[in-house]
Amino acid sequence: MENPVIELKGLTKLYGSLKAVDNLNLTIDQGEIYGLLGPNGAGKTTTILMMLGLTEPSAGTVNVCGVNATSNPVAIKRKVGYMPDNLGFYDGMTALDNLVYIARLNGIPESGVRPRAMEMMEAVGLEKSMHKKAGAYSRGMKQRLGLAEVLIKQPDVIILDEPTNGIDPSGVKEFLTLIRQLSRQQNITVLLSSHHLNQVQQVCDRVGIFVDGKLLASDQISRLSDQLSSKESNVVTITVADLLPVTAGHEQELLQIGGVKAVTMAGHTITITCTGNCTPALVRYFVNKGFDILGVHQKEYGLEEIYQRYFENNLTENEANGKSGSLLQRSFFKKIKSQ
Amino acid sequence: MESPVVYFKDHFSKKLKVSNRAVVKPAVQKNPAASPLAAIIRKEIGDHVRSWRFIVLLVLIVLTFLGSMYVSLTNIKPAAVSEEPERFLLFLKILTTTDGSLPSFHIFMSFLGAILGIGLGFDAINAEQQNGTLIRLLAQPVYRDNVLLAKFISPLIVITTLFLSLGLLMIGAGLIITGVRIEVVEILRILSFILLTVLYVGFWLSLSILLSVKFKQATTSALTAIGIWLFFTIFYKIIVNMIVKALLPDPAFLSPDDIMYYNNVILNLLRFSPSQLYTDATTVLLMPAVRSLGPLTVEQMAGAIPTPLSFRESILIVWPQLSGLFAATTVCFALSYFFFMRREIRS
Repeated sequence: MENPVIELKGLTKLYGSLKAVDNLNLTIDQGEIYGLLGPNGAGKTTTILMMLGLTEPSAGTVNVCGVNATSNPVAIKRKVGYMPDNLGFYDGMTALDNLVYIARLNGIPESGVRPRAMEMMEAVGLEKSMHKKAGAYSRGMKQRLGLAEVLIKQPDVIILDEPTNGIDPSGVKEFLTLIRQLSRQQNITVLLSSHHLNQVQQVCDRVGIFVDGKLLASDQISRLSDQLSSKESNVVTITVADLLPVTAGHEQELLQIGGVKAVTMAGHTITITCTGNCTPALVRYFVNKGFDILGVHQKEYGLEEIYQRYFENNLTENEANGKSGSLLQRSFFKKIKSQ
Repeated sequence: MESPVVYFKDHFSKKLKVSNRAVVKPAVQKNPAASPLAAIIRKEIGDHVRSWRFIVLLVLIVLTFLGSMYVSLTNIKPAAVSEEPERFLLFLKILTTTDGSLPSFHIFMSFLGAILGIGLGFDAINAEQQNGTLIRLLAQPVYRDNVLLAKFISPLIVITTLFLSLGLLMIGAGLIITGVRIEVVEILRILSFILLTVLYVGFWLSLSILLSVKFKQATTSALTAIGIWLFFTIFYKIIVNMIVKALLPDPAFLSPDDIMYYNNVILNLLRFSPSQLYTDATTVLLMPAVRSLGPLTVEQMAGAIPTPLSFRESILIVWPQLSGLFAATTVCFALSYFFFMRREIRS
């Protein structure tokens, strides 16, 4: 899929002396779901605003669907559906009227506006309350209305800024599943920003970890996880039925298996720290020794670990290289570490 | 939301679009998509007309109108009798006659117009930004200047309609009550009075839109706009008088020419205030007997025929006032455009 829909080159945004976005390079292909991850104030929203031409970059270029976002934002806004993080609607108008207004702004022919808006309301499950005032909507309903509004223009690209904020867990799941299905069926490119790691993990093809205006990593979650586990130690926990005989012999033998670094035995469980994937070898060893294995658990790196480890790595590298990160960065990393 | 994708599949397939077009072919051709500007104006007008704020302003203006009409109609007889029949412009008299208990309508309008303009514009941009609707609006394929233009044009349409209907009601009621035929000149003068009033409201509107772009809080911009208005209606005159007393020589020791000169200077200073421009212009337009806005010497009046000025001549006299108001409006609008176009929109 060598068809970049969103292309950011050397994107920088300065607010006074503060670098909100720092030399960002990013390419997102068509049909991809990309998760932009980062803590609050990392510059996610600023990046998104620059993609839509709602704010001007201090340096660098943004191309969306092959159009420069800074010089020609209107062409982009025809193709991109954007849902901001705190959605505001015209409270005095009904939800349907809000949607109809947006449809009109997108140049949908007058005769088709109302039917289409009603279909959209049905599609997002708001058909029963579409004549309610938007001011009376709950947060989750507003989110759905926002989605209807994004979809009514039939976009090529959907940009969602913190789309899961303020929805209950089951709602989040529905919402994300819906987005994923849409993206797959219509080949829509989706960019979503979030600080909820586990949610992003469910739906994204690729994620970018974004801290203090810098993209620290950008890849598939599994690959990020592999990268980490090759660098870092794996932890395998094996539970056996018999009470373990406390002998040094087993420990010595285990340590001879390639990659094993440390072995701890306590009660029914053996915790083995190793580099690389040596779980099969370990299991084979225990079976040969006649242990009844009840469970083997290899700790996998989820996004949360990746996220945190990444910051730690970055910090140690920085310190090792003698780079003095900015004060802000340091204090941020310390916070992350202490968590 | 059970398997919503099934629905979406239909929406997004090109087939549906085509078939849609085929089914409603005449309707689509007759109703092409409205331009975004038209869509925003339409929505804005709807919002204004339904808002309590506009209803209150409307009631205020209609009450003022009725009050001043009542006073002038009860006093119209002596005013009308004193004139010779050829110069009998009764409908202009209805607008300007008063017995002193109430100011006449055009004087009222010089401050109600300001309130109307401020009231309709002070939260044009910042309220939308506060509610988070501005960012959604600008994420649609709409040019930013369209938003600003719509915020300006739609209140203007509303108030033009309001004043036109008031003017026409006045003419109609005058025709029924007095039975006097209306002259073409009177229609022209009343129409230009209405246009002038719209222009005046337009000035305050563009000023308050500028403030609404500049300030994040609607209350701040409203208070600032009211402050500016109060300054020009009350304090500006006092300040000019103080400066004049302090700086200008005592008139007792001046030649008549010098007095004329200084008088003109003072008048020109006062004309920096938009309400002064408006009162000047309306006075000339509604009272054809007024020949000049400044002092006139006896020599200048010597050969004058005592007859009302023609419509064209009145317009010529107030042309500077008209251009002044128009220029001030344009400057405010251009400034708000300048501030708004490159601004970062965040909710």
